[in-house]
Amino acid sequence: MVSPAHFVALSVILFVIGGVGVLVRRNALVVFMCVELMLNAANLAFVAFARMHGALDGQVIAFFVMVVAAAEVVVGLAILTSIFRARRSASVDDASLMKY
Amino acid sequence: MNHHSIVLAASAATTTRELAFWILAIIAVVAGLGMVLARRAVHCAVLLAVVMLSLAVLYAMQGAPFLAFVQVIVYTGAVLMLFLFVLMIVGISAADSIVETIRGQRLAAGVFGIGLLILLSLVVGHAAIGPASAAKASFGSSNVTGIATLLFTTYVFPFEITSALLITAALGAMVLAHRERTTPKPTQRSLSRQRIASGRPTPLPGPGTYARHNAVDMPALLPDGSPSELSVSEVISGGGQMGSPGTTALSRGASDQEDA
Repeated sequence: MVSPAHFVALSVILFVIGGVGVLVRRNALVVFMCVELMLNAANLAFVAFARMHGALDGQVIAFFVMVVAAAEVVVGLAILTSIFRARRSASVDDASLMKY
Repeated sequence: MNHHSIVLAASAATTTRELAFWILAIIAVVAGLGMVLARRAVHCAVLLAVVMLSLAVLYAMQGAPFLAFVQVIVYTGAVLMLFLFVLMIVGISAADSIVETIRGQRLAAGVFGIGLLILLSLVVGHAAIGPASAAKASFGSSNVTGIATLLFTTYVFPFEITSALLITAALGAMVLAHRERTTPKPTQRSLSRQRIASGRPTPLPGPGTYARHNAVDMPALLPDGSPSELSVSEVISGGGQMGSPGTTALSRGASDQEDA
């Protein structure tokens, strides 16, 4: 029988993969994708806990997470395109103007 | 209908669910790992789509059909397409450099990942995660109604704030992506003047003429057999905003024709 614990375990694994990806990758777009993976993993945990408690609140929160993620992607990608326009690069290393 | 066959059918359904979970979980984890390891950003995007689609099926299995559809429509449909759109602007062949800019960063990231995995596993292992509660209509046929009821009663204030967030995000994206025009917009008059003054009043040659195939990135061949640079749009050949100059279609096309 697949219990909510299985889903939470899967979400932990996906979250860790996303976190490592954010730290390792240099392309800002891929870093963004890894952040999305982490948000998705969190959503999976929300849905699993909603099923466990038999209440829909977890699903509503997951829905809000999706909305916020969509807004975040819109602004993030707009920043990315304007940085790319200015410096012709999507690498996170090149946008280091404020580095001490 | 005797009791035995009902039990058999129930256990078959359980086995199917279990099998579906393991297949989807393995697909999601492998695709997630591939996303972190793939060097090209396009491959990462496609692998992320795989993860998101398998998560959508997992949501449906967990009694969240509404979220499953939102996942497919909003995440796989809108967010990922936006990613691919920006990828086209940044350059489809953009690959990550494998040079480590901060020394030991990858090792530190790996240690951090393993540490986080152990920490979260311990937390989840210690938590008492019970079995799924008894099947209810709110996790099946009336899922949408249940979510709507919650959204417009308990969570009505966050829901309203969400609208402000979305408007702010749309406005922010417009402001950030806006580019001020520094030169006046060319008129038809100035364009035709420019064209006559350039010494070539005729249209430019079309791509692919007399070449091996007629794709838009294949330069036309001149009567003496040399490729014509003018026949390929500079957006495609890398002179414009897109693409990297190292792998222009023109250089590829030229080497193609040398092979022939």
